[in-house]
Amino acid sequence: MPHIEFPIGLQGIRGPLSFRPETAKPLNELADVLLHAPNSLTAGERELIATYVSHLNDCYFCQTVHGAIAAVHLNGDEDLVKHVKADFAHADISSKLKALLVIAGKVQRGGKNVTEDDVATARSEGATDIEIHDTVLIAAAFCMFNRYVDGLATWQPQDEDLYRERAKKTARDGYALTSRDYIPQPKEA
Amino acid sequence: MPHIQLPPELPGISAAMAFRKETAKPLRELAHVLLHESNSLTSGERELIATYVSFLNGCQFCQASHGAAAACHLGSSEIVRQVKASPGTAPISPKLKSLLVIAAQVQRGGKNVTAEDVATAGTVGATDLEIHDTVLIAAAFCMYNRYVDGLATIQPEADEAYTEMGRHLAQHGYIQSSQNQR
Repeated sequence: MPHIEFPIGLQGIRGPLSFRPETAKPLNELADVLLHAPNSLTAGERELIATYVSHLNDCYFCQTVHGAIAAVHLNGDEDLVKHVKADFAHADISSKLKALLVIAGKVQRGGKNVTEDDVATARSEGATDIEIHDTVLIAAAFCMFNRYVDGLATWQPQDEDLYRERAKKTARDGYALTSRDYIPQPKEA
Repeated sequence: MPHIQLPPELPGISAAMAFRKETAKPLRELAHVLLHESNSLTSGERELIATYVSFLNGCQFCQASHGAAAACHLGSSEIVRQVKASPGTAPISPKLKSLLVIAAQVQRGGKNVTAEDVATAGTVGATDLEIHDTVLIAAAFCMYNRYVDGLATIQPEADEAYTEMGRHLAQHGYIQSSQNQR
């Protein structure tokens, strides 16, 4: 049972986002810039970073929904998403993304774990400063989102089909636009 | 030295935010709503939660800058020091003590927050909104701290270096950079 009272029927982060629209707005904007807006890293690559960090933080809702969104971007390849979570070093992804996932894993344990060598390796595989920046911030942001979702004991039904269905719309429309389905909208002045 | 090429004249998160204005906007807005906008928890109380979590995460820039903002709101840097050293015996309300317990659980991982932690906060007067905001402040600082340290930003060691920044944050909040006003 959630620690505080949310609207009935909203799963995972949707409960607290709907409970507090003032904080939902920047949270959804942040997710859009990091995961959905155009970027030299594809949306699929960025969603894999989010999924991997959420897996490390053991957040069922976040790793399942972002894993499903990643799969939509990756032509439905759910096995690739599973492989990245279990053993990304041997998954069928670029060397650059592997180097960025190493950095993301370090950030998950604490920012000071990222070493100059980690960053130099990523650079030698072609990662730009902005890609390294975004990887650090995606990993850091999911250390927030995961804690937000689990820290309030939100409702996280264990039914992957439900997440698959939702992922199609979020992958297409992004986070802020999709949030209009479940967050009360402020009246325009 | 920072891991990527950040503006060299800016400390801590200010440098990362100047590097990537698109993410700076929601990051600033989130901090402003959580710490500065009117709330049944005072800004001083919310800055103490931010400072305490940043201290637990070992992030010098965040604990010193938010500690300075808290001290400015509370008129005392001694309370900030006591909260970091021993929140259970610091001269703060039982409600804030119970919220700091929840914040510390979130810092270690969201699943650590128990129904008992939340019930205790409720019995000393915490509302659902205050519990929500405590969880999100603690979670958000697990992000800000990792962002600041994960890029190896420049972080002055002396707490005194943060006094002016803290005053600016306490007075103006987080929408504008504290570094533009110099």
